Amino acid sequence: MLDNVTETTAEALPARVWQTRQEGYRFVTMTCTDLGDSHDILYHFDRNYSLRHFRLRLPRGECLASISSIFFAAILVENEIKDLFGIEFSGLAIDYKGRFILSDGAPLAPLNKSHAGIGMEIRNLTQAASKKEARS
Amino acid sequence: MIRRNTIPFGPQHPVLPEPIQLRLVMEDEKIVEALPSIGYVHRGLEKIAEKKDYVQDVYLAERICGICSFMHSQNYCQGIESLMNVAVPDRARFLRVVWAEIHRIHSHLLILGLLADAFGFENLFMRLWQIRELVLDIMEKTTGGRVILGVCTIGGVKRDITPETSDYILRQLDEIERQLSAVLPSLTHDYSVKQRLVGIGVLPKDKAYELGAVGPVARASGVAMDLRESGYAAYGELNFAMVTESAGDCYARTLVRVRELATSADLTRQALAKMPSGPITTPVKGSPTGEVLARIEQPRGELNFYIKGNGSRNLERFRVRTPTFANLPPLLHMLTGCQLADVPVIAICIDPCISCTER
Repeated sequence: MLDNVTETTAEALPARVWQTRQEGYRFVTMTCTDLGDSHDILYHFDRNYSLRHFRLRLPRGECLASISSIFFAAILVENEIKDLFGIEFSGLAIDYKGRFILSDGAPLAPLNKSHAGIGMEIRNLTQAASKKEARS
Repeated sequence: MIRRNTIPFGPQHPVLPEPIQLRLVMEDEKIVEALPSIGYVHRGLEKIAEKKDYVQDVYLAERICGICSFMHSQNYCQGIESLMNVAVPDRARFLRVVWAEIHRIHSHLLILGLLADAFGFENLFMRLWQIRELVLDIMEKTTGGRVILGVCTIGGVKRDITPETSDYILRQLDEIERQLSAVLPSLTHDYSVKQRLVGIGVLPKDKAYELGAVGPVARASGVAMDLRESGYAAYGELNFAMVTESAGDCYARTLVRVRELATSADLTRQALAKMPSGPITTPVKGSPTGEVLARIEQPRGELNFYIKGNGSRNLERFRVRTPTFANLPPLLHMLTGCQLADVPVIAICIDPCISCTER
C-alpha cells in the first residue's frame, strides 16, 4: 500500500518539493489519474529506499506549476502528463507542446476516462461480470 | 566564427536497437545541447491495462519489454500481491530470483555486445551474443520460452525447477563464466576499447543523484542504490554485494555491468542452493483495492509500477516508469560537451530500452 502520502495544494507544492530536495530526496516520478471532474496527481520521491509522496487534486482545466526548475528530472514526465491528460504546466524547462510521446494526429488526452479508447466494451463486460460475482 | 548546427541523431541509426531521436546542437564537432525526442513506438499499454482484467494484465506487463520481460511481470505480480495481501510461497520467491537474475545476465550480455558493436569491435559483439545464447537456453529449458517466459503469476509462479534442471542451470552457469573469462578481458583491458570509453560521457555523482539516474548508470557514478538491497522476493535471504564504481564515465558503466554478471550468477547459485521445498503458488480470490508503487531492480535500474485497484476486475490506473525513462535526463548531461563521434557509445552506455520507455 502507499504509505507516507502528504496531501498538498498546487500553491504549496513548489515549497514542499524544494524542502524535499533540501532533505536529500531524489525525484522518482509522477503519476496522474483522471477522477472525472479533477485529476489526482502524485509526486514520488525516494531517499535510502524510503518513499515520500505528495498528492494534490487539480480541478479540470486548471494549470499546474512545473517542478522542473527544482528537479530537472521531472521535465519528461510533466510533458508526458501534458500529452496524455491535457494538463498544462507553467514554467516547463522544455515544452514539447503536446507532442512528447504522442505523434501528430493522435487523440487528445487519451488517458482521461472520458476518452473511451480501444477495448471499452471489454472493460464494461468485465466490470459487469465482477459486479454479478460480488452480488452472488 | 563557430556556427551552430542541429544534427538529428536517429530515430533510425545503425547503433540504436530501437528508435529514439537525439537532436544535437553542435558547435563544430562539439555538442553544446541535446534534446531527446521519443514517441515512435508508443503503444498505449497503460490505457489497454485499464480495459483488461487484472489477471490478464500479467501477460500485458510481461510484454512491455522483450529484454527484461520476466521482471515486468514479477513487479506487476508483487504489486497486486501487496494490494491483496497475498503471501507468496517461499519456493516461488526463490524461483523468481533465479529467473530474474538469469534475465539480468542475458540483458547485460546483450548491451555489452551492442556496446562492442558501437565502437566497432564486431568479433567481441558476436562472442558476447554467442555466450548469451547459453543463457537463453536456460530460459527455454526451464520455461519453454526464450524471450517471454510466462511463468510469473499472481500468488507465485507457474513452473517449478526440478533437481535435474537445477544441475543443468549450474553447469550452464559454469560454462558461461568459463567462456566469459576468455572474452571479458578484451572489454575491460584492451587499449583501443579503453580509448573509446575512459573519460567519455562523464556523469558526476551529484549530477547522477540530482538528475534521477538509476541502475548501473547511477552505480557507475558512485550512487550506491540497488533495490535488491531492500530484500524483495528472496533477496533478503541471500548474500548480495552491490557493485559500484566512481568514475562515472562509459568505462565505469561497462565495468559495473561486467561485475554484475558475476553477482547475478552468484545470486542464482545461492537461490538454487537455498531454495526450500513446498508449493509454488497460492490461490488468489477477489479483486485488488487500493494503490501501491511497486518497485524492483531491473537490469537497467529501478522499475516503478503505480497500480490502483477499485475492487473490480479492472484496474483504475496502471502507470509504468521504466529505468530508461529515468536515465534520459542524465544522458542529456553526458552528451553536453562531448564530441559527435562519441554519441553512439554514450547513448548505448545507458542501455536504452525505448519500447518499454514508451510503453
